[in-house]
Amino acid sequence: MAVIKKNKIAKRADNKNGYLFILPYALAFLVFILIPVLLAIVLSFTNFNAIEFPSWVGFLNYITVLTNDEIFMQYVLPNTIVYALVVGVGGYILSFVLAWALCNLTKTVRTVFALILYSPSMTAGVAMTVVWKVIFSGDQTGLLNSWLMSLGVITDPIIWLINADYLLPIIIVIGLWSSMGIGFLSLIAGILNTDESLYEAGAIDGIKNRFQEMIYITIPSMKPQMLFAAVMSIVNAFQAGTIYTLLTGNPSPGYASQLIVNHIEDYGFQRYEMGYAAALSVVLLLMVQLFSKAANKLFVEKDEY
Amino acid sequence: MAYKGHRINPKRFELSQLKIICIVLPLVIFMALPIIFIINHAFKPMEELFAFPPTFFVRNATLDNFTSLIKASRTAGIPMSRYVFNSLIVTVLTIFLSLLFTTCAAFALSKIRFRAKYVLMDINQMAIMFVGTAVLIPRYLVISFGGMIDTYVAHILPLVAMPVALFLVKQFVDQVPDSLMEAAYMDGANDFQVYIKIILPMIKPAIATAAIMVFQQVWTNMETSNYFVNDDSMKTLTFYMNTLANANNTVAGQGMAAAAALIMFIPNLVLFILLQNNVMNTMAHSGIK
Repeated sequence: MAVIKKNKIAKRADNKNGYLFILPYALAFLVFILIPVLLAIVLSFTNFNAIEFPSWVGFLNYITVLTNDEIFMQYVLPNTIVYALVVGVGGYILSFVLAWALCNLTKTVRTVFALILYSPSMTAGVAMTVVWKVIFSGDQTGLLNSWLMSLGVITDPIIWLINADYLLPIIIVIGLWSSMGIGFLSLIAGILNTDESLYEAGAIDGIKNRFQEMIYITIPSMKPQMLFAAVMSIVNAFQAGTIYTLLTGNPSPGYASQLIVNHIEDYGFQRYEMGYAAALSVVLLLMVQLFSKAANKLFVEKDEY
Repeated sequence: MAYKGHRINPKRFELSQLKIICIVLPLVIFMALPIIFIINHAFKPMEELFAFPPTFFVRNATLDNFTSLIKASRTAGIPMSRYVFNSLIVTVLTIFLSLLFTTCAAFALSKIRFRAKYVLMDINQMAIMFVGTAVLIPRYLVISFGGMIDTYVAHILPLVAMPVALFLVKQFVDQVPDSLMEAAYMDGANDFQVYIKIILPMIKPAIATAAIMVFQQVWTNMETSNYFVNDDSMKTLTFYMNTLANANNTVAGQGMAAAAALIMFIPNLVLFILLQNNVMNTMAHSGIK
């Protein structure tokens, strides 16, 4: 939480205009974020099919998630965690390394590179499906098959988007491809704003190379940006799923690339078991909080530098 | 030889940078490939879309895919202009409302003293981690209970409050010096005048950044069209483009889908290029402390 400077302007401790200024945002926030979250929590304790009035079932939905939903335990949860680790954590490390590398280049080169790396994240909602469909097409007219066959790596085309072995890796590659978002830009800005005198002082104190500089000076002096980018990566990794539905269908073949978001859509909008879907939503929100807590631990408490 | 400590953000090109470029460049090219591909694919004539072995680059560029995209919309019940109109009105209104609400709230949270301030700030900070897709169902219930199904409101209001945008704008308002505002208060200005005459002009980079973020959310949003709107004539361009991309699994459909994707992507890219200096300026204050 940002430490707020003592505010000398409004002399009164409780300026009612504050409420007035925040009211419109607060209302929109209340109706479309807070109430839906609370409603999801309430619904998660009910059996609700979208037609009849929800009936209270206590913890049944959560018990089902933990003990009775084989698909969730066998496919959805492992897929989601693998995806979050590779695309969330891996993508985060990748964006830091890239941001750091770009900051060692001159402004023009850096701006062009940053634009190229950032632009995939702009396609998040755009129908890029067609690109992946052509690249991963299952016959020899697919780009990837055609390239691999001409290189002699494979002799027969691989049916990428149906073969369960390849689905998760494919969506992970797509996820990584589009993971250099707003957090990446924040990291670049953070690195560019580190105090140059720190580097000079560091050199005197015996720092020997760029790598040591990164570990001992750059990262400690930009922890707030590191945390912001980490939170962005986590959120980004956990809310992925909708786009992959267009590519692999829902449920995906053999549930091979089923993520928790897809599972929620499956139960909520295809089977109309909204109470159960709500319980899954709460699980998702808790997972995001858990990962964010871990990021907080990493970048906030260790403040001894 | 003692290590001197290098300078971040070098002014001139040095040989040592070549090493870094050599490592980064392949990755940059790899990241650019899908986008280069879609640009090429959108301009391919039929015989190149059918070509075997498949080609990456276009040889004889044509606008065929774009014209057939427009033709396809003529045969449909609803003309494409209707979707364009819907998208424009939804996008413009969402950005306007969102910026208005967000800057007001940021001013209050940063510069005005009132009792609930820190609680509200904590709530918003937590909401940065909010995953919209998780509450699709309760959101649907709220919208249907409020009688907003099949209206523009259902497209607009769910996207107006964006916690990340408020956080970034608030961080930026924190940088506005109190002395400036104090002088205005001395001259008899009230909170509203300070907001309009001092805060808004000083936080233009943050406003531009928030505008880009909201634009990216709303312009490519399919959730509202898919779940909150049943009437086809009230759906947005994104939805329509996606239907085209998925309904036609034929090769001809592929060319149209590529053209559609390009049309949806270009405004994002142009807006970002125009405003990128503002974005980097805002990101300098993006840290969570």
